Amino acid sequence: MDLTINTSFLPHDDPEASLAFYRDTLGFEVRSDVGQGRMRWITVGPVGRPDTSILLAPPAADPNVTEDERRTITEMMAKGTYGWILLATRDLDATFEKVQAGDAEVVQEPTVQPYGVRDCAFRDPAGNLIRIQELR
Amino acid sequence: MCHPAWARARAEAKRREDLARLRRVRDRIDREHARPLDVLALARAAGLPAGLLSREFRDAYGKSPHAYLVARRAERAAAALRQPPIAVRTVTRSATRASSGGATRSRPFLTRLVTLTTTCVVPSTT
Repeated sequence: MDLTINTSFLPHDDPEASLAFYRDTLGFEVRSDVGQGRMRWITVGPVGRPDTSILLAPPAADPNVTEDERRTITEMMAKGTYGWILLATRDLDATFEKVQAGDAEVVQEPTVQPYGVRDCAFRDPAGNLIRIQELR
Repeated sequence: MCHPAWARARAEAKRREDLARLRRVRDRIDREHARPLDVLALARAAGLPAGLLSREFRDAYGKSPHAYLVARRAERAAAALRQPPIAVRTVTRSATRASSGGATRSRPFLTRLVTLTTTCVVPSTT
């Protein structure tokens, strides 16, 4: 088998705010943008790395999700316990400075973790945790 | 009179805004737990009375902001203790010093917690 990890998903609650964060603050390119209003599916990814993408999607869009489940998911997003992703970069400090300057909410400044990696963390506008670790 | 669905949507949006505000408080604890920080400062920044913040935070995350702050400091101290070259007394002092600035009641508890952790992690040499 020859499998690659192609697209990971993160929920948004305000497509324009999420698009601005991933495109303008993280510098990702927009690969597709379908739907309208709150029902937008936006594919973004790092320039020069067409094999990996993040799909920004409306939460609980599956019609079989119940009203209670939808409310739970959107509340978990708001309180910051739902979506998260792990990104990586060779220059953590420069990346941190750039993202911080873009007015993102900082959760953790660059720190060496007890388990060995050095990383930092931000929130995206929907409350997802964006952890960025340093490649060595 | 407004439509019931519209009223419900508004109530849900308000609830999400309140939760997002609690998330910013929790993120600030994660970000600044090594610095002097207490519940009054957190409440002031969030624009909430301290009692209300503590209650809402506990409802959302299962523990009060004070308990969350102490837990983060204890975690950090325990991690530092796993690094062999660091003196136990330095770690205890560093963890408890961050609790100054009003939250004095956390200090004896934190000292005890870190000392307990110390006893478990590092065999006593005294």
